[in-house]
Amino acid sequence: MAIIIDETKKVMIQGITGREGRARTRLMRDFGTCVVGGCTPGKGGQDVEGIAVHDTVSEVVEATGGVDVSVVFVPARLVKAAAIEAIEAGVKLVMLVPDRVPLWDAMAIAECAAANDAEFIGPNTLGVISPGRAVLGMIGGRAESARQWFNEPIPGRTVGVISRSGGMSSSCGYYLSRAGLGISTICHVGGDSVLGLTFPEVALKFQADPETDAIVLFGEIGGSMEERLADLMTSGEITKPVVAYIGGKAAREGTRFSHAGAIIEGDRGTHAGKVRALQEAGATVVDGFGDLPEATLGVFEAASQS
Amino acid sequence: MARLHEYQGKTLLKQHGVTIPAGTVIRKPEEASDALETLGGRVVLKVQAWITGRKALGGVQFAETAEEAESAASVMLGMQFGHFPVQEVLVEECVPIAHELFVSLTIDDAARAPMLLLDCHGGSGIEDRAADVARLAISVTDGIHPQAVRRVLLDSPIPEEHHPAVVDAIEKIIATARTVEARSLEVNPLVILEDGRVVAADCRITIDDYAVFRHPELGIEIARELDHPATMLEQIAYRVEQQDHRGTFYFAQLPIEGHESGRGLIGFHGAGGGGSMMSMDAVSNEGFTLANFCDTSGNPSAAKVYRAARIILEQKGLKGYFGSGSGVASQEQFHSAYGLAKAFNEMKMTLPVVIRLGGNAEDRAVDILEDACRDLPATVEGYRKDDTPAFCADRFATLVDEKAGPGTSDALGRSVPGWVGGAAEAFPIEGGHVWINTSECDADLTAKMAEWSGGLLEDDGNGVPTLAVTPEEAAKADSEFIACEIECLRAGRPVLFVDLPIAGIDTVAEGSC
Repeated sequence: MAIIIDETKKVMIQGITGREGRARTRLMRDFGTCVVGGCTPGKGGQDVEGIAVHDTVSEVVEATGGVDVSVVFVPARLVKAAAIEAIEAGVKLVMLVPDRVPLWDAMAIAECAAANDAEFIGPNTLGVISPGRAVLGMIGGRAESARQWFNEPIPGRTVGVISRSGGMSSSCGYYLSRAGLGISTICHVGGDSVLGLTFPEVALKFQADPETDAIVLFGEIGGSMEERLADLMTSGEITKPVVAYIGGKAAREGTRFSHAGAIIEGDRGTHAGKVRALQEAGATVVDGFGDLPEATLGVFEAASQS
Repeated sequence: MARLHEYQGKTLLKQHGVTIPAGTVIRKPEEASDALETLGGRVVLKVQAWITGRKALGGVQFAETAEEAESAASVMLGMQFGHFPVQEVLVEECVPIAHELFVSLTIDDAARAPMLLLDCHGGSGIEDRAADVARLAISVTDGIHPQAVRRVLLDSPIPEEHHPAVVDAIEKIIATARTVEARSLEVNPLVILEDGRVVAADCRITIDDYAVFRHPELGIEIARELDHPATMLEQIAYRVEQQDHRGTFYFAQLPIEGHESGRGLIGFHGAGGGGSMMSMDAVSNEGFTLANFCDTSGNPSAAKVYRAARIILEQKGLKGYFGSGSGVASQEQFHSAYGLAKAFNEMKMTLPVVIRLGGNAEDRAVDILEDACRDLPATVEGYRKDDTPAFCADRFATLVDEKAGPGTSDALGRSVPGWVGGAAEAFPIEGGHVWINTSECDADLTAKMAEWSGGLLEDDGNGVPTLAVTPEEAAKADSEFIACEIECLRAGRPVLFVDLPIAGIDTVAEGSC
């Protein structure tokens, strides 16, 4: 198993003829991703790395008998149109890699996804990787590096990683692997304020994945996704052990929440509030990022002793 | 900056049909009496500054005579909040208020939608009534259900006769937020006057940074949240980013008060948000004061990293240069190494440098950086993913201590080879020129330059490099030429120079900044 992506999922690329689209198509395939098609308006009939290019998502869907995931590599201002095109063509999971997607565009995509029972990841995501299986987006870079950095799942010692920071999702995966743990999937949910899949949704997928034994989080200040994950732990929907680091403790000092809208969120959004919510829900929260691997090992040891 | 002043926000509300008090903006105290006369009688003066609790800080004053107005304006225009001097004061008519409402549109990350916060109990202290505030979801495409707003009003002390006008005002406020792509829009308070009119008495709008490009009408120069007016270097850096979209580039100067009592002022160059924050913590823990925050990530070009490094080194008083990101970068790290090596060589770097280059191709990146900087006065060290930020920060501190002396970044200056601008061959690229000192070239070197440039150069038949591609292709290859420049330097044959002058930097260097 694994969540979100594995070698059986049929993947297409929107913006496949661009600089990033081309490079990532090759890297994703090198790692084992089943890339079946791609599109760029006006470039239909070409091919990239032996993959047929079409003008529209619908044409790719028709030519390939359906795709499971579309990865979007188009300029930020065109992401909204690209994502909505994919969702309306029946694609149920869309990954939005670009940075700087306008907020109201992201909310329009969310509205369209909800109406069509589709999911999206991002915007501004480095990607999702399931070691030994497949990758979406840019995470890991070269296939040989990614294979070296991230352990494949190890029965009884496998974690799923969720992160709000792209670079730190790789860091988490690397240092946890070095500590001898297996990785089912690493998911960078994205750095923006409005995102498709957030911590609670991804954690529920890990909860349902028989291969994942524990969940590791790299959280940050702002927003409410860490608190909402804690709510799921309290309600018993998440029962697997959760180990978390919350970044931005220092940045909190001197930061005034200047809007009444932020203030009346109460405690939600602050470093202290997130740490408390997770701890009260039973998560292990580490103070330093460097403590994460050891704390995660500790969770496995405690489980084996009990 | 993507925050708008009250008067700017009110102008936008008015354009969307929301009633606002009559008023005028003044920038000199002597304009206050004219404003009072035009508005006819008692007025309220309000500083235009991005602060909360303005009233308590003396930023709101009432005046009935020209003298009162002028003296209040005079005090206000001398005020300073944080790093922001007050430059504008809004003078408005006083309106007879019957009821006050709190209206705020925010983006709700859990709902992935705009959310209207509405409280009808009036007055300040909204923070204390958080639980009573109604939260109504807004559809990006369809707006708000008027019925939902009416239900909240029916539960409130607001007389029913006013409800239609309030609903209408709220719909227009939401339309304003959607048109300008606000990240937040707060009207606190929205007031019902004794005559029944519904008026926006205050307004705070923050525009989504990422949408500023499609709103030239708002006149926002720098789409950045800063706690100070943008410095000259921040403006220069912002222009660099706008002109080069390959990867992310973010540069902000930090408050440095009290740095004299610390271990020293340093330039910081991060990669990626989370990793940068962690690295800043590590180097701050060693007692250093960071002059700036900088992030080049998302697969940036060598040219972009070069410009970022140059901008960092334009800051005064630096004792060293520390770079570190997540440490396990997915991007190929040698592009950054080339950019950094070029900047350090051009500046004849004298300050200690520690760069954590962990990630893809880290060995090659560290080798490029250290080897290309081997002849510089400075110690330049590169580190990998297994070297923690704390270890790198500790090593950096040792280097700074060993090199402790009077020398700072003040003494650095850009040096350009003597043959640039002279008889050497040159061709244009985006943002500058590539210069080749052909008299120093031979067939062996030319063959290597063809390889180092990734085939952009070839032998012209006489052992001299010439362009192998069209001028248009060459123009976009600034980063490939930087790689070639650094490889020539490493080979001890510095015959190629990529001249990428940064608009505004020279004046900064000569000026008083």
